[in-house]
Amino acid sequence: MAELENLITVKDLTKTYVTGSIDVFALKSVSLTINKGEFVAIMGASGSGKSTFMNIIGCLDNPTSGEYLMEGKDVLTRDKDELAELRNSKLGFVFQSFNLLPRTSAQENVELPLLYNNRVDASIREKKAIEALTSVGLADRLGAMPNELSGGQQQRVAIARALVNAPLVIMADEPTGNLDSKTSYEIMGIFQKLNDEGITIVMVTHEPDIAQFAKTNIVFKDGTIIANHAVMDRKNAVEELKLIASLTEEKSTP
Amino acid sequence: MKLFNLFRIAYRSLNRNKLRSFLTMLGIIIGVASVIAMLAIGEGSNQTIQKSISSLGTNSIFIYPGTNTNGGVRGGAGSNQTLKLEDADAIAAHCDLVKYVTPIVQKKSQLIFGPKNWNSTIMGVRNDYMLIRSLSVIKGSAISEAEQRSAAKVCLVGVTVVFNLFGNEDYNPTGEIIRMNSIPVKIIGVLAKMGQNTFGQDQDDIVLAPFYTVQKRMMISTDHIGSILASGKSELQVVDAVDQITSLLREKHKIAPSDDIDFTVRTQSELSNIFGSITKVMTILLASIAGISLLVGGIGIMNIMLVSVTERTREIGIRMAIGAKGRDVLFQFVIESILISVVGGIIGIILGILTSEMVATFGGWPVVITPLSIILSFGFSSAIGLFFGWYPARKAAALNPIDALRYE
Ligand SMILES: Nc1ncnc2c1ncn2[C@@H]1O[C@H](COP(=O)(O)OP(=O)(O)O)[C@@H](O)[C@H]1O
Ligand SMILES: [Mg+2]
Repeated sequence: MAELENLITVKDLTKTYVTGSIDVFALKSVSLTINKGEFVAIMGASGSGKSTFMNIIGCLDNPTSGEYLMEGKDVLTRDKDELAELRNSKLGFVFQSFNLLPRTSAQENVELPLLYNNRVDASIREKKAIEALTSVGLADRLGAMPNELSGGQQQRVAIARALVNAPLVIMADEPTGNLDSKTSYEIMGIFQKLNDEGITIVMVTHEPDIAQFAKTNIVFKDGTIIANHAVMDRKNAVEELKLIASLTEEKSTP
Repeated sequence: MKLFNLFRIAYRSLNRNKLRSFLTMLGIIIGVASVIAMLAIGEGSNQTIQKSISSLGTNSIFIYPGTNTNGGVRGGAGSNQTLKLEDADAIAAHCDLVKYVTPIVQKKSQLIFGPKNWNSTIMGVRNDYMLIRSLSVIKGSAISEAEQRSAAKVCLVGVTVVFNLFGNEDYNPTGEIIRMNSIPVKIIGVLAKMGQNTFGQDQDDIVLAPFYTVQKRMMISTDHIGSILASGKSELQVVDAVDQITSLLREKHKIAPSDDIDFTVRTQSELSNIFGSITKVMTILLASIAGISLLVGGIGIMNIMLVSVTERTREIGIRMAIGAKGRDVLFQFVIESILISVVGGIIGIILGILTSEMVATFGGWPVVITPLSIILSFGFSSAIGLFFGWYPARKAAALNPIDALRYE
């Protein structure tokens, strides 16, 4: 299998924010390799540099210095348009605050990355969007507006949008930060399923129980990585949800 | 293919923000409509004035007493009594460049027929008047030379007079006796309808009678006449005819070469220029009002575009995060502006035309819609819409995706 193929390699990545008189060293010489098929949870205290790191490897932001290779090819030398294409076709983003377009139906939100993709024909656009929404369990809410959906459902729409261009990697910054624990577990169920299908997942979270669903945990502190280890007793979302269902003694949808 | 996608994105975005789209359009609609309507009113007045002046006959020469240049066509009323009948006769006898000439005396008077009465203007003229002004008689017959010589108590009436004295415009009043200035006068014919002139005066509210009839039977002083109307032999000779008349009257009035003349001679084209410049001033005035509304509309468009791009920076961030390039975002905003400008412009054109037609129908004001006003207003407001759609979007599209996403 391609399990050990390098997907993301960063070396000596630094990010310094210059704000007025003081400089904030958000990242201090971070080096890391993420393989294809990984499911990484990035942990750490608030302000430790997790989001900064995610935004840089997600090509939403530039580092102050360092190296970044994706599939062995340099990323930082690419121009803005090439980076936009990279984000469009290889990366999928899931944000804590969902970031759906308001007053835009679930299906139209999911179609959006396809509209910016030259290689996707109009005839299959709708089909792909419906497929993606079906895979996150929202086949019956295609026309729903974001404000008609619960937080969990909005996050599923965001995941469907991240999925629709068949990316190599999904990057999620605190995807469960605004959700209750059962809904969070459902989201983890989707991530585990996608990961089983071969999609690499990089997720930021500060909740240890959520990090337990990943394969690898990385811990940031003050802009550096202080730990990087495999998860010992990895949780399985399907099992956890069954457990919750039996504990609450109520009929709940799995 | 890609451009089509951007149209789709832009259309969805406009559709999603109907109020904002409508408000932006409103600026364009108001600007375009007001420019079209204002210029239509200005141009309409201008053309009507020119038309009614040229309907006086392009060869016409007007001679008034006094030197007041801003008197109207029938001016000369008041204390300036310097023209006499013999002046008109002398012009007829000596000016070989003059074809027709008639002295004019006129008087406001009450007309009475049975229980009905009506105030109108009675003009005493020679038969040349009909030729100079190209008037014709639709019922009955014109005044004969014999009736002119004998100061016969006969007259021709306009249709407004017919309507007011006989209750019906189509009534044939030929042979009826009406009283004017307590003198019984027989109607022998009705003048063809002329309609309103530029100043809203009803040209059909008139009575024409033989010159002597009015001068001798109705005027207190028989020495002086109101004015003289003449026509040149041809359009090219009008100016020379004016010179002939001027030197003849100078001589007759015994005015030394160094003194000012006590009469005024004007050609139809001079009058046309005078009124032309008046309407030009009016058109400029209207155009400035229209220009101001266009500007206000433009500022409205600008405001909404600026505000909307600012509040949409987050949206731009989301789009860039999922793969929109800077130019995709820019194109989207430009297409949105184009759609707004075109739709708003078309609505504005329709509204401008409707407003003009309403002014014409209900205000009785002549309007002429010019293609220039449509092109000008449409072009200007689209340009503003485009620029202020493009400019702020360009700034937003140049941001890092993360900065756009974090924008507050
Ligand atoms: N745009 C910015 N300008 C200035 N400082 C920033 C900016 N973004 C983040 N920082 C600083 O960088 C550090 C790391 O932030 P972040 O990566 O958001 O932390 P985390 O996601 O782990 O909570 C913090 O000290 C934060 O204040
Ligand atoms: Mg963070």
